[in-house]
Amino acid sequence: MDTLLLSRIQFGANISFHILFPTITIALGWVLLFFRLRFTATGESKWMDAYMFWVKVFALSFAMGVVSGITMSFQFGTNWPGFMEIVGNVAGPLLAYEVMTAFFLEAVFLGIMLFGASRVKPWVHTLATFLVAFGTTMSTFWIIVLNSWMHTPQGYEIIDGVVHATSWWEIVFNPSMPYRFIHMMLASGLTVAFLIAGISALRMLWGDRGEDVKTALRVGIITGASLIPLQILAGDFHGLNTLEYQPAKVAAMEGNWDTGPNIPLVLFAIPDEEARENRFEIAIPNGASLILKHKASGVVPGLNDFVSEDGEVLHPRVAPVFYSFRVMVGIGMAMLLLSWAGVWMLRRYGAGHMPTLPLYAFCAMSFSGWIATLAGWYTTEIGRQPWLVQGVLSTKDAVSDVPAGMVLGTLIGYLVVYAVLIVAYIGVITYLARKATRGEPYSTRGYPRRGEANVAALQPGE
Amino acid sequence: MDYFGDPAVWLPWTFAALMGLSILIYVVLDGFDLGVGLLMPLAEEDQKDRLVASIGPFWDANETWLVLAVGLLLVAFPPAHGVILTALYLPVFVMLIGLILRGVSFEMRAKAPIAQKRMWNGAFFAGSLMASLSQGFMLGMYIMGLTWTLPHVGFALLTAVFLTVGYSFIGAAWLIWKTEGALQERAIGWAKGGIWGLVAGIAAISLATPFVSVRIFDKWFSWPEMLYLSPLPILSAALVGFLWWKLSRLPFRDDQWAWTPFAAATGLFTLAYGGMAYSFYPYVVPEKITIYEAASAPESLFIILLGTLFVLPAILGYTVLSYYIFRGKATALRYD
Ligand code: HDD
Ligand code: HEM
Ligand code: HEM
Repeated sequence: MDTLLLSRIQFGANISFHILFPTITIALGWVLLFFRLRFTATGESKWMDAYMFWVKVFALSFAMGVVSGITMSFQFGTNWPGFMEIVGNVAGPLLAYEVMTAFFLEAVFLGIMLFGASRVKPWVHTLATFLVAFGTTMSTFWIIVLNSWMHTPQGYEIIDGVVHATSWWEIVFNPSMPYRFIHMMLASGLTVAFLIAGISALRMLWGDRGEDVKTALRVGIITGASLIPLQILAGDFHGLNTLEYQPAKVAAMEGNWDTGPNIPLVLFAIPDEEARENRFEIAIPNGASLILKHKASGVVPGLNDFVSEDGEVLHPRVAPVFYSFRVMVGIGMAMLLLSWAGVWMLRRYGAGHMPTLPLYAFCAMSFSGWIATLAGWYTTEIGRQPWLVQGVLSTKDAVSDVPAGMVLGTLIGYLVVYAVLIVAYIGVITYLARKATRGEPYSTRGYPRRGEANVAALQPGE
Repeated sequence: MDYFGDPAVWLPWTFAALMGLSILIYVVLDGFDLGVGLLMPLAEEDQKDRLVASIGPFWDANETWLVLAVGLLLVAFPPAHGVILTALYLPVFVMLIGLILRGVSFEMRAKAPIAQKRMWNGAFFAGSLMASLSQGFMLGMYIMGLTWTLPHVGFALLTAVFLTVGYSFIGAAWLIWKTEGALQERAIGWAKGGIWGLVAGIAAISLATPFVSVRIFDKWFSWPEMLYLSPLPILSAALVGFLWWKLSRLPFRDDQWAWTPFAAATGLFTLAYGGMAYSFYPYVVPEKITIYEAASAPESLFIILLGTLFVLPAILGYTVLSYYIFRGKATALRYD
């Protein structure tokens, strides 16, 4: 394998590992703020119990996000030196703004949010929680701006082969940014909603009937049920936007080879790039035309349009884009079904008397948001190939000249560490759930709501 | 040269200064928390939680200075960023793995089942060690001009050890400030054991730097520059003397002066760093690329600078606020 392929795999592995944790912290920060505000408003200690449990998950995820993020900030230099040399004038300021307006905000107030409650006034603590949540959202904004610009670049000119910014407004508000940002924020919300629902269901299956667990289950299910329709809608708009700017990607997502009207919606198939056709296709007639053009006679682009006269293939590899898109949408549909069924059962049985079957289902879906998010990013990113910045810089022109063996060696190192950490991370979350199930009910503790008060000691560092 | 007229001149200079400043802040701040990690195995089992608690609220923000420093290198001097990071590919990898292990063990050691705690303590130490050694190694390679020859690697291995001992020293100085009782007395002992690393490190770098390049040699040993530079070694020697004297007397009653070793250590790091910055200016890749050649387009730098002028004071402000909120001796870390 050559340096290019290995560097791509390495970058893909690193960013995939990184994105897992921000996906959780972005929305969990807001959920924690919600718990905290509910507690201030009602004084019911179940809200604070829920806060105390989930703040631990938050702290753990945040640490994982930070250290994998530090890796990311070196990856541009070690793997894609060409990226910064060619588009650094655009990418640089965006990354710099991310560090300055978001990372420091999060990092500094995180300390106060996690360990400062007994040292500052409650409102300062609530403010710190808000600033952390706000900071993670700002991070998302800036990085998504950069990533969207790489898909739909505008507001620049090329002088001597180097990209120079002409309009920052056009760069920041590039055509795909709003869709991508909204879709990512919702993805984070869904991931957290299903994580909270899943872990609460697990605790209930283990026999925990605490008020905080029931409340968390309710919050998880209702959040999931309200966000998923929005996500499907946002995904649809996102797809239409991509159709306009990256038709080759949409053709690969749909598994459509020939441009034309009345294109079916392929539910399943095995795309064969050699024969340039789908095998074992199961499809809904006119479906793709209806979704993408809103009429059965709508013309949908096909992959064969993206092959040059002399046979050079100018579209991304079809199979990975095609499959990962189906994984994402499939999980989206499963989320829709489960969360709406969950809402119905909440009304019918109440959180405390949920039958075990849906509880098992929620457990099984705990980390489904992760898989959908990764699948979504693979669709997006692999679908942009062979470009790194659409139409401006191709991936192979950005790669470094580090020897392949070195890339391979470090890649293996990263993979081993990541595998261990993922196992440890999921293990610790279940361990925390088990401990909370067995341990003293939090509600026997008092929490200061306004003004200072003393709190029973917890384990150090807990 | 008209310094403030031509943005292609003063912008790169400003960014070099900003980047230098964030590296310095990083070295001092993450230096002390890496140092505390290095000292972990030396502490008693029941003191380890206190060690971690003394850096708990700070470490994340401390590491963000590294992100800012790399970010500024990336943003302001893109070609140099590529050259430096590809030349240092392996040590960067070791450092990243180290930082990952460390940051994760921070949380894991407190949350994983008790039976795993020893393991995560071990990972915390190992991560701190990997990060410190690789940073020292990179420092050495950078001074030697980023070329992988045997003598250069040998020198880099030496600076790796010195920087690691230096970090443990500043870590111990931090602990003297933030802890009390038996732990503080231990920290004083560690600081006494570690000060030589700092002194040897500064000496090795000061001796080696002028001999790597004629340009730097001339910069140091010509009149009247020598006169302007003379405060550097004199102040450094004074600070070392002060540290030695204080350490042999601590702890004082009522814990007076417990902050002075940390302040003096910060001073030493700053002086050594200032000397290095002076030697390498105007190069960002030693002897190969100057900051003016590597700089991004002025309009891009300008838009970052605008933001920096607003944001940097705010960052400094709330960093100070956080150190103020967590002032005094370290207490057990609790989420309430
Ligand atoms: C919980 C996560 C999640 C769920 C349930 C969905 N998505 Fe998604 N999707 C993402 C998480 C995500 C993502 C990770 O956030 C992506 C990757 C890049 C981006 O902007 O969003 C994405 C990308 C993405 C793209 C590619 C955009 C491009 O070409 O750049 C499309 C067309 C859709 N999504 C459409 C959908 C539809 C129709 C869904 C209906 C069920 C759906 N997504 C569910
Ligand atoms: C190549 C791209 C990326 C780079 C270089 C990068 C870099 C980083 C760094 C250095 C940190 C640590 C900040 C700190 O010290 O506090 C971080 C954290 C974070 N990143 Fe990324 N990141 C990238 C991609 C992403 C993406 C795609 C998202 C989300 C859509 C994201 C969202 C976040 C968030 C919310 C945090 C803070 C919360 C946390 O650490 O969990 N990043 N990132
Ligand atoms: C966070 C979620 C993300 C995931 C899971 C992800 C995934 C991937 C994957 C799998 C590749 C390899 C594609 C291929 O080789 O075919 C890739 C490439 C790349 N992505 Fe992303 N990406 C994410 C976000 C980002 C962001 C936010 C940025 C920019 C700031 C970014 C910049 C790049 C770059 C520079 C490459 C390398 C060149 C390439 O192979 O396309 N990615 N990403």
